Amino acid sequence: MAAPMRGMAGSSNTGNTTSFQKKTHSKLVSIPGTRPSVQNGQLLVSSGVSSLDYVIGGGLAVGTLLLVEEDRFDSYSRMLLKYFLAEGVVCGHELFLASARDHPDEIMQELPSPIVDDVAGIKMSEGQSQPSDPENPDTMKIAWRYQNQPRVQTALVSSMRFGHYYDVSKTMEPELQQAAKCHRFYQLQETPVTKGSSPLPSPYQALLKSIQTVIRKEGFDGSTPQSKVRNVLRLGLHSLGSVLWGDDVCCNDNPAHCHALSTFLYALRGLLRSSLSVAIVTVPSHLIQNRAVMGRIIRLSDTAIALESFRGSEKETNPLYKDYHGLLHVHQLPRLNCLSCEVPDTKDLAFKLKRKQFTIERLHLPPDLSETVSRVSKTELAAGCGSTATGNKHLDF
Amino acid sequence: MFPELNSILNSTPDSFKSSDFILASDRRADASFLIHHYLSFYLRAGCKVCFLGLVQSFSHYSAVGQRLGVSLAQAREKGQLVFLEGLKDSFGVLLQDTSQQETQPLSFLRSPGAGLEGLFRFVERSVRQSGDGDAGESWGPPVLLIDDLSVLLSLGVSVGAILDFTLYCQATVCSELQGNMVILVRCEEEDADDDEEGSNLLQRGLVHQCNLALHIEGLPTGYCRDIHGQMEVWWRPRGETIYNQRKIFHFKVHDKGASFFARGTSSAVL
Repeated sequence: MAAPMRGMAGSSNTGNTTSFQKKTHSKLVSIPGTRPSVQNGQLLVSSGVSSLDYVIGGGLAVGTLLLVEEDRFDSYSRMLLKYFLAEGVVCGHELFLASARDHPDEIMQELPSPIVDDVAGIKMSEGQSQPSDPENPDTMKIAWRYQNQPRVQTALVSSMRFGHYYDVSKTMEPELQQAAKCHRFYQLQETPVTKGSSPLPSPYQALLKSIQTVIRKEGFDGSTPQSKVRNVLRLGLHSLGSVLWGDDVCCNDNPAHCHALSTFLYALRGLLRSSLSVAIVTVPSHLIQNRAVMGRIIRLSDTAIALESFRGSEKETNPLYKDYHGLLHVHQLPRLNCLSCEVPDTKDLAFKLKRKQFTIERLHLPPDLSETVSRVSKTELAAGCGSTATGNKHLDF
Repeated sequence: MFPELNSILNSTPDSFKSSDFILASDRRADASFLIHHYLSFYLRAGCKVCFLGLVQSFSHYSAVGQRLGVSLAQAREKGQLVFLEGLKDSFGVLLQDTSQQETQPLSFLRSPGAGLEGLFRFVERSVRQSGDGDAGESWGPPVLLIDDLSVLLSLGVSVGAILDFTLYCQATVCSELQGNMVILVRCEEEDADDDEEGSNLLQRGLVHQCNLALHIEGLPTGYCRDIHGQMEVWWRPRGETIYNQRKIFHFKVHDKGASFFARGTSSAVL
């Protein structure tokens, strides 16, 4: 083992630890911050919360829509949106943020700061291995085999990791935030489109048009020639369906434009499917009285989760829930390019927002009823009853 | 194509009933695996298939079709499959500035109150086309597959207009051209104070029109990881049978198919 490494240090300076080069399929797009799914080969991005990635089957597939039903005070769903955008900043993806209540700049300023791996030494290594120099005080004496390895890279400029951790008590540094390209859409500043007969009410029509313009202009749908590196667009749409978007689905039992939000989501999914983008939409479902509307909206999205926080409800004092901040319901998981989807073990999930992590855990263990569970074999009884114990031992009488 | 489902329904790609209207519906479950089954079934049988894929992209169906042994891209090239991709064309229709001719298939997105005539004209054109340019390729009886019809309710079309559309399609495809129709409808829970415009009303209207109804639901006892749900099969009496036939099976969906078994005989339980 010693000889190859010494030979490596002299010849190549690429910083590889071995000479083994993995043969990558040339068709696979390698975009930072994404990885292929082990299930069906879909390209996945992280949602910013690694436990949520695990619950929804490894991550968010590029081209799909995640629907988050807001909790009562919109605290945790807004947190999820911020995690999603922060993950986009760290991975170098482009962002598109649309909101009607708070200005997108405010949301961007509140993004949590990522936790960097190496605390000591932020300087990026040159990448060149330096020859061991006896006069150099940095020469390692004991671990001299590692002398010629590059230093640990701590800058977040090109992060190839999937899923990062964030510290919610600190906000992201402005330099990091400015480095990300973010398109903003603030409903209250858009001039309403008064001309013509648009099928959708004005805010949704303008939002759809704006998203399509961004996708086309930046080339996420492959329309521009491939002179630049491919990237993923992350869309965050906050509180769609609320009255500030000009929609009365939250206030009326029989709203005048009851199909506006569903038509918008249908067209949005069409846009997502034909481009390298992923969207997260939060909807204040607790305000929508008509249950059928919520069912339709869930059917129109790919992945749907609902957050139910305990704050302010009687569940806060329930000893069963004392360790958690709320419940997480997974209403729908997508079946993308395959017949079956990742079927979760259990549907009783609870979440807890800690300073450095948003954890999602199962609340109870499900009954142990599965195809692989071991059962007490009944052969010892069968041997006494009948002479032929060669039949199916599960059906012996 | 799922072999167990073929034996339950007594049909194979070589011999199946014609002029059949098959309704697949679900309630809080996902019955789309039945659409993949019928798509591969009829493509194997050599029928001309008109598929209205309103909720997923073409690559999704072709990826699943590949696992089930049919190539949708090839079928589309040869002219056996006519595919309408709703998602891809939807934002183009919604965002265009001038309204083009009203007989576009997706024109109901711009004016949902006008009905589904554009969509029906598209279906009619597709199923009546014979192989005019090809070297005498004649396909079997036409088949119309719709996945899924209840998304039209979400886009603002009324239940009456959808039922009119299915009636027109049944008259053209099943009665006139002796073909088959398979429609997927997704329903909500039975609500006591359900309003008039609902997917339950649509499903009841379609059950009245159909010959074979497959209804997918979750297990009544709750969520189970190994049994994905129960399927109820209902045959309308036709010909010599005078009684309704109704059977219930449990199923589990795998990567390459689905297995159906009688209630209580899942391998997780035995």
